[in-house]
Amino acid sequence: MEPTASLGEQLYWLASLFDPFCGPLGFLNLLPDGSLLSCGDTGWGDEVARGFFVTITLALCTLPIGLIIGLFLALAKQTEVRSLRAAANIYTTIFRGLPELLTIFMIYFGLQIAVREVAIALGFERGFDINSFIAGTIALSLVFSAYASEVLSSAFKAIPKGQYEAGHALGLRPGKTMRLIILPQLVRIALPGLGNLWMILIKDTALISVIGLGDTLRQTGIAAKVTKEAFFFYGIACLLFLALAMASSVVFSKIETRVRRSGVSR
Amino acid sequence: MSIANDLIPPQPPPPVTAFRWTGLRILGASLLGLWILAGIALVLWLIDAWDIDKVNTYGPKFLSGLGTTLTLVGISITLGAVLSVPVAFGRMSSNRILSSLAYGYVYFFRGTPLIAQLFLIYYGFGTFRDQLEAVGLWVFFRDAWNCALFAFTLNTAAYQAEILRGAIESVTRGQHEGAAALGLTRFQTFYKIILPQAMIVALRPYGNEIILMIKGSAIVAIVTVFDLMGETRRAYSRTFDFQTYIWAAVFYLVIVEALRNIWEKLEQRLTRHLKR
Repeated sequence: MEPTASLGEQLYWLASLFDPFCGPLGFLNLLPDGSLLSCGDTGWGDEVARGFFVTITLALCTLPIGLIIGLFLALAKQTEVRSLRAAANIYTTIFRGLPELLTIFMIYFGLQIAVREVAIALGFERGFDINSFIAGTIALSLVFSAYASEVLSSAFKAIPKGQYEAGHALGLRPGKTMRLIILPQLVRIALPGLGNLWMILIKDTALISVIGLGDTLRQTGIAAKVTKEAFFFYGIACLLFLALAMASSVVFSKIETRVRRSGVSR
Repeated sequence: MSIANDLIPPQPPPPVTAFRWTGLRILGASLLGLWILAGIALVLWLIDAWDIDKVNTYGPKFLSGLGTTLTLVGISITLGAVLSVPVAFGRMSSNRILSSLAYGYVYFFRGTPLIAQLFLIYYGFGTFRDQLEAVGLWVFFRDAWNCALFAFTLNTAAYQAEILRGAIESVTRGQHEGAAALGLTRFQTFYKIILPQAMIVALRPYGNEIILMIKGSAIVAIVTVFDLMGETRRAYSRTFDFQTYIWAAVFYLVIVEALRNIWEKLEQRLTRHLKR
């Protein structure tokens, strides 16, 4: 590494040390030279691994945004204000009813048109290209939040009214009641449903490859086209998604036991 | 001891709280207003962008695309339902090999994206072209529509097998015992006692699965099948008119919402004997 490398490059270099695929300890290094999945210029191992990390990053970026929007939607759905409920329900109906692929295309092309109009209005000669990662994060967040709001609002319904009243009786303000009493219980109830949504989110990230993001599916697709070994590489893509699903289910069952332990046993 | 001599005089009811513009009400009204404005703007824009030439050119194509989507989903849901029966019974079987085979099938098709499965079949099977030609199956797998149908059938069979299994296992043990006490055969028990109760449990997940398939089927557009999404993409690539996507969204929303409402009515009708 050169001493003049920027911070980003240094971080990238540091991260690549722990790369389980092609890092110094990566298992793909065990493959003989010249095999299809070996690292470096001869094989496709490092390209596919990079796509895999893009998939994970995309899902991890979408998750918090989608959860926060979903929480606010769920809160809106259980207020007594009718107009707020209606506004939240319209949002959910639209983004649960549209195919994910169509949402992605609409966000990608729509955003591009909007940015071009704004740029021209501001006096630039032409618009800017929209990053497919950002467009994908927005589109997936919209879909994820719509589904998450349903999971969270049914979890809200499962919390008895007495919990709010108890918070009120203790002299807590509504915000504090929500934070200290309702949300901890909400997490416990909503966790299995949110786990399912996370699995769906991982699978939906594969759709972003159609607007040009170099994720697992796109990278394996490029490798498949170049090497003419389509079955092998798409099979690898499927196995990577399966591995991600398995790892997530392990993590989720850990979180669930942990969260359950902190709850009251009934 | 004190005795209350005077009863509390009748009180007027508490005054009706006057309508007040609280923060939440203002927020709700403005958000709803935003939706309404967006809706009006969309309609005005669609009217403004209405072009009879485009409608004449692409309207029939959209409808045929819609037909393709519905046919594809209809056939694959039906074939998947047939295929899901042996898979579900394999999952419930006490034979270790059979149940782990069925579990592996279900895990694979539920754990990987549908689009990856479609690519695996459409592009991947090309690797085995010689072998497929030898057994005469290449004619089938050469066509994108057949590949999509094949992938969707396998995918939905895995999901439907889980729905079926869950529903059958939700029927309590006492029902089996009751049927045995009545001297019914195993087939009669299943057909007359278990299945009707299981189907009511399975009704809602089946509806969800159909909706998911309609939405998921949009990906066939990427492997050159001209369904509703494919026609939309083709129209957009020729006209660069964003309203093609809006119309596709309207079509999809109408189908999904109609199906959802029909299914809800159906469920209410079929479970009316369970209402108390």
